[in-house]
Amino acid sequence: MTFDTISRRRLLQGTAALGLGAALPIGGARAAATTIGFIYVGSRDDYGYNQAHAAGAAALKKMAGIKVVEEEKVPETDAVEKTMESMINLDGATLLFPTSFGYYNPHVLKMAAKYPKLRFEHCGGLWTDKDPKNAGSYFGYIDEAQHVAGVIAGHMTKSGKLGFVAAKPIPQVLRNINAWTLGAKLANPKVTTQVIFTGDWSMPVKEAEATNSLIDQGVDVITCHVDGPKTVVENAARRGAMVTGYHVNQAVLAPKAYLTGAEWNWEVLYPRFVKMFTAGETIPNFYRGGLKEEIVKVSPYGAAVPEAARKQADGVKAKLTAGSYVIFKGPVTDNKGGIAIASGVSRGQTDPELEKMNYLVEGVVGATS
Amino acid sequence: MAGAGDIGLWTIPVAVLGGAVRVSTPFLFVSLGECITERSGRINLGLEGTLVMGAMAGYGISYLTGSPWLGVLAAGITGMGMGALHAGICGLPRVNDIAVGIGLMLFGVGLAFYLGKPLIEPTAPRLPSIDLGWWTDIPQLRAALRINALFLIGVALAPILLWALRTTRWGLIVRTAGESADAALAMGYSVNLIRLRATMFGGFLAGIGGSFLSLYYPGSWNEGLSSGQGITAVALVIFARWNPMLCLGASILFGGAAALGPALQSVGFSHGYHLFNAAPYILTLLIMIATCSPKRTLIGAPAELSITR
Amino acid sequence: MSANHLRLPPFGPKFGGAAEYIVIPALALFSSLVLFGIFVASFGKNPLDLYFYMYQGAFGTWFSWQNTLTRAAPLILTALCTALPAQLGMVIIGGEGALLIGALAATGAALVLPSAPPLLVDVAMALAGMAGGGLWIMLSGALRHYRGVNETISSLLLVYIALAILNFLVEGPMRDPASLNKPSTYSVGAANMIGSIPGTEVHWGLVYGLVAAVLSYILIYHTVFGFAARVAGGNIRAAKVVGLSVGRLILIICFLAGAAAGLAGMMEVAAVQGRANANLAAGYGFAGILVAFLARQNPLAVIPVAILLGGINASGGLLQRRLDLPDASVLVLQGVIFVMVLASDTLYGRWSIFKGRAS
Repeated sequence: MTFDTISRRRLLQGTAALGLGAALPIGGARAAATTIGFIYVGSRDDYGYNQAHAAGAAALKKMAGIKVVEEEKVPETDAVEKTMESMINLDGATLLFPTSFGYYNPHVLKMAAKYPKLRFEHCGGLWTDKDPKNAGSYFGYIDEAQHVAGVIAGHMTKSGKLGFVAAKPIPQVLRNINAWTLGAKLANPKVTTQVIFTGDWSMPVKEAEATNSLIDQGVDVITCHVDGPKTVVENAARRGAMVTGYHVNQAVLAPKAYLTGAEWNWEVLYPRFVKMFTAGETIPNFYRGGLKEEIVKVSPYGAAVPEAARKQADGVKAKLTAGSYVIFKGPVTDNKGGIAIASGVSRGQTDPELEKMNYLVEGVVGATS
Repeated sequence: MAGAGDIGLWTIPVAVLGGAVRVSTPFLFVSLGECITERSGRINLGLEGTLVMGAMAGYGISYLTGSPWLGVLAAGITGMGMGALHAGICGLPRVNDIAVGIGLMLFGVGLAFYLGKPLIEPTAPRLPSIDLGWWTDIPQLRAALRINALFLIGVALAPILLWALRTTRWGLIVRTAGESADAALAMGYSVNLIRLRATMFGGFLAGIGGSFLSLYYPGSWNEGLSSGQGITAVALVIFARWNPMLCLGASILFGGAAALGPALQSVGFSHGYHLFNAAPYILTLLIMIATCSPKRTLIGAPAELSITR
Repeated sequence: MSANHLRLPPFGPKFGGAAEYIVIPALALFSSLVLFGIFVASFGKNPLDLYFYMYQGAFGTWFSWQNTLTRAAPLILTALCTALPAQLGMVIIGGEGALLIGALAATGAALVLPSAPPLLVDVAMALAGMAGGGLWIMLSGALRHYRGVNETISSLLLVYIALAILNFLVEGPMRDPASLNKPSTYSVGAANMIGSIPGTEVHWGLVYGLVAAVLSYILIYHTVFGFAARVAGGNIRAAKVVGLSVGRLILIICFLAGAAAGLAGMMEVAAVQGRANANLAAGYGFAGILVAFLARQNPLAVIPVAILLGGINASGGLLQRRLDLPDASVLVLQGVIFVMVLASDTLYGRWSIFKGRAS
């Protein structure tokens, strides 16, 4: 592309003119290594979503011939398009991981169409065959890990009331709430899960307030789906409630209260993708996986978790890992009394219907809008 | 089920009470400090930056020294420094205080995020709470009455500041500077010096308000910590008509309203939760519409204050 | 006295003193860069690298220029939302709310005209966006005039209320059920999307911003209406004495101010996002306040200031990637520049070199 070459030539001229050429990796970057760009919507050390991806990027840095460039706190506007282009034009990135959900449509799609020779791997999107072939979307069935954590939560609750602090009522979140609740019901069929939506992905004061409100209601085990679970975990622990974590392992924040948690395992997936990429193979455009594919994992159980709970949770985990277990298996009733999944229908993890989830299962207190 | 702990819909008022206590403290400190600053005739919109700087500094010092109260002190001193910066620049002739405040808001937030990067992960010692609910068996009420000393200090500070403004010599000097710079000059006082001290005092309190966020509630340092509490608190001062006692009332009202959304959801009422989350803002606006009047200028407004004219 | 603080004389009629208006901000900018260089050097980074990458990321290549201008485009419009009411001595800080309401209204206009020709849809979107944003800020103006409610607070509160309305509508009544994990309205339609300025990748919002800034300048400094506004801004009582309708001035100016921010919101929908969702709240409205104050509320000065700010934002990524500086470096630098430029206000009229020419 002419634009591309012109800009690089100008850049080199500028570099030489200022006599700083030696200090700059520009130009050399492309020849020496494969450059991979990572873009985060929040802070890399948030004990949550972004940190999980940064851990995956860190795993790539250990690979030979791989150079990783990272940019954090990039909003989901045309700023992310410019960041991608900047990584392409100025750093020579050939593989990009824009990791926030909101980047996909329209921004990643636009850039993928503009740079057809480069590869764009997006976390969470739903790639369809109408989208550019050089774009792909991957995600993990973290609801499997949530389901296992739910089993533990169901065992541990004394009040029978569980709490879930969530950002927004969207399918990925609802699926986690439902999987966690269904897991808890395996241990204790009478449990209820109280949901509070905070309205956005990072709102520490609201998350703390939601946690306190839940505990006031008698909730004694809490989990969450927000970008940085630190606030929820610490505030719940301070009030004596137990927690199951999310995104990464938060045990160090609340060693006694932390029972287990649902974690991403991008450190396994990203090197796998990059090996395919450098070997010239095509990364699948639509990639999903769970415990079996090691894309998600369950945190080690906390000391407070008794043997019976561990045993049941491990049993569920083993069946999920073997692929012989379906979480969303009919009949499933929603919390308005309707049929969510009819009797006899078994929605396996790859079922696209699950990606459109718009209900809360029976036992969850809360509404989807 | 949780027998004794189940108090049904009573949770809502209890949660609102608890929220009012938990959420209001930063608003209270920032607004009390700004109240004094504005009474001296200057507005410091940079308190959002001061609050965030205080949150970062307090957390950092608590982490490094192991003492959260040293953190609070460090937050106050940091805030004082930010206040001195604002007052120093605004003391130059022809410099606009509102604009400098906006600049310092950006600077403070940026500097706090910059210096605070390594503090996001570590866990610092937090401030302890005082159990004022020992007399009740209801766990929710007990939790709501588990209060941090800073809240009590803030509550005590409000009447003290009101008294000091009204009756002490110091209060008279501050008010004179705010009502008429010429009169203060005639009395032989340096208006700039009075405003410098008033702004530093305001910064000190705002810094402490920030340390409450990072060291007590929600109780950790991260970049989303302040969702505009500092700037909102400055607005509350005007809402409270430059009266410290009304600042206290406004802060508690605002904190309680902020707890309403989560409390309603916790009893299963979640439809339109975004609108309930906006309750503090809607409520403040409605009260202002109801209580303001076009006929008179704002009662209690310092005449020298640029924002009220 | 304060209202005069907010404004400085226009550039045009006083060209004699123009040197002062270039030399002093340039000095302030230069010293900010030196200060920031020292700050960064104290963390062990080479300040020369810093300056090089900043230049490179903001203005060093054609790509960088486009990056800068793209980021500057919405800021010109949102800055007008603060700069116009400042002529009346009003401090409006709610441009973000007007942007969101404008974006919602523009989206609504496109959705009720599903089969109209694109040009018509775009005009309808622009009008709806401007009307929505305009009425939103006019509400602050009306509350101020009829109820005596301080416009600074009311416009700030209205930002949070606008955000709640946006989220409520986008996740509720206006939600496209197919927008699964990113609740959004229906798309305004690919045919209705406004493209880029020919030969560039910068969307048309930049041109709208430039036109709006120039028109605002003419309105304020070269029309009777603008003159009346400036009189009222200087002294409300004097304005009433000479028979100006202050209420009418407030309402019209506030409407125009909100319309500018609403147009920025419409452009974010029609040129960037393609639909309304929570991503619209990207802080352009708040950045606009800074631009307006740094430009000393002069609608023409808003243009270079917005480009400067866009350039700093554009270079932030390169600073993160090459120098491993935190993303907040950009905020620190902006803060230093703003404070220095504002503090330099005190230098005007003090230097005898300029005095002879200025008078």
